[in-house]
Amino acid sequence: MDTGNTAWLLASSALVLLMTPGLAFFYGGMVRGKNVLTMLMQNFICIGIVSVVWVLVGYTLAFGRDGFGGHGIAGNFHQFGLAHMQEAVAGYAGPLAQSIPPVVFVAFQLMFAVITPALITGSIADRTKFGAFCVFVTLWSVLVYSLVAHWVFSPEGWLFKRGAEDFAGGTVVHINAGIAGLALAAVIGKRVGWPKEQMKPHNLPFTLLGAGLLWFGWFGFNAGSALGANQLAGYAFVNTNTATAAAMLAWLVVEKLRDGHATTLGAASGAVAGLVAITPAAGFVSPLGSIAIGIIAGVGCSLAVTLKFKFGLDDSLDVVGVHLVGGILGSLAVGLFGTKTIAGLDGVFYGGGWHLFKEQAIAVGAVIVFSGVMSLILGKLIDLTIGLRVSTEDEITGLDQTIHAESAYETAAFAGGGAGSLTNQRTAPSASTVVT
Amino acid sequence: MRLVTAVLKPFKLDDVKAALESFGVAGMTVSEVQGHGRQRGHTEVYRGAEYTVSFVPKVKVEVLVDDADAPDVVGVIAKAAQTGSIGDGKVWSTPVDDVVRVRTGERGVEAL
Repeated sequence: MDTGNTAWLLASSALVLLMTPGLAFFYGGMVRGKNVLTMLMQNFICIGIVSVVWVLVGYTLAFGRDGFGGHGIAGNFHQFGLAHMQEAVAGYAGPLAQSIPPVVFVAFQLMFAVITPALITGSIADRTKFGAFCVFVTLWSVLVYSLVAHWVFSPEGWLFKRGAEDFAGGTVVHINAGIAGLALAAVIGKRVGWPKEQMKPHNLPFTLLGAGLLWFGWFGFNAGSALGANQLAGYAFVNTNTATAAAMLAWLVVEKLRDGHATTLGAASGAVAGLVAITPAAGFVSPLGSIAIGIIAGVGCSLAVTLKFKFGLDDSLDVVGVHLVGGILGSLAVGLFGTKTIAGLDGVFYGGGWHLFKEQAIAVGAVIVFSGVMSLILGKLIDLTIGLRVSTEDEITGLDQTIHAESAYETAAFAGGGAGSLTNQRTAPSASTVVT
Repeated sequence: MRLVTAVLKPFKLDDVKAALESFGVAGMTVSEVQGHGRQRGHTEVYRGAEYTVSFVPKVKVEVLVDDADAPDVVGVIAKAAQTGSIGDGKVWSTPVDDVVRVRTGERGVEAL
């Protein structure tokens, strides 16, 4: 065991955990004020649900020794409930394999499993039942996330064995969540009034704060994925920051040319698009390659987010435009900009030919089809049984009040309870009721 | 008695307040409101999608005055609030039947 590597992975795990609250604020700022608590809650509940599911079955399905006939589809139940943690993680070989205790690897990978379904919340914002979402996350994290993680991240998985490269989750996290967001948005339908009614972000400072937390946490996500405190982690760190910076600049240039203004939402969105796109590539490309990937993502995603209006699909906070498109661009870019001098195989621009690009495309396609179809089926099943969507009346009133019996903001001095309250006497239990 | 009401650009509130005080007006009520006149709001852009914001933030100032003072007060407010650009707002006065000072029970002009 290597204490330096272990310390870095523990710290990285904590960094990645912080990304989910960061995402909650990134999204929370973009919804309307009547639904901000609902959005924060949908993200926080992913930490609750997936943390338990991962310990029970998620981890073993993702990283257990290949089971179910040995086709690289899913791990077996050997590590159910985190049993057998003294054994090495299945399939890992080489000097790094034994340098981190498997239970630390469990914690690090858990945080990826947490944030992936949380990313989906953006496409179904403002209209989803809380209970139905909890059921979806539970099923999706076992039946979709764990399997895709096995295919790509586990050395026992079929896409890993074919030679697809995904440093930190371009396919497993971003394409996976992006296509699921697309499927769920299609099942649940558009918000009442969209796109005619104005649904502009209610608190952009939250969105910028969230983007900052995501950027910070992403160093754990990508540099932690080196699974060691080493030079590769350093490259992943520098590439992550460089691509994110380049993507932010590129998004702002597109905005300035197209709309006439460089916006704060554009800066936050561009940064996240860059973080998404460099995720699969962080430890496989040079810093110059990361600038190219950042520019491709910033331009590509800023153009992609306007497509939802053409298709009439209410992907409310652009999960598709940022995560699906960014994930695809980044994953394919590995096949172009990948270089042995950092790690992995040479891509097209480094004399490696089209072999790696082809494997990247197969991985991208496989995850899109599997996750898309599974998410559509799960979403439809939940919609037909317990219902995925709130009533129109609740949607118009706002979900914070109708689902959670809370409100984020007091808009008038007399609305907050206390002596001058108009609502206090009517709704609060009297002192005597509380005592009995 | 008359109620003078003005809907104005928020940044001119301090000037209007100072002008009213130097004229001798004792009290006023101020509220934050939203609205538009002929300028029809403005547009904002979020991720490439344009939104028309039809209602822009304004302040509403309300002053109760004696009949004789009303035209002057309207003039004082209009002069202090004017920038000459679009969206400066409006000032008007309406008749008031009765006024009570809650503390003392005085009515009418006595209560102003």
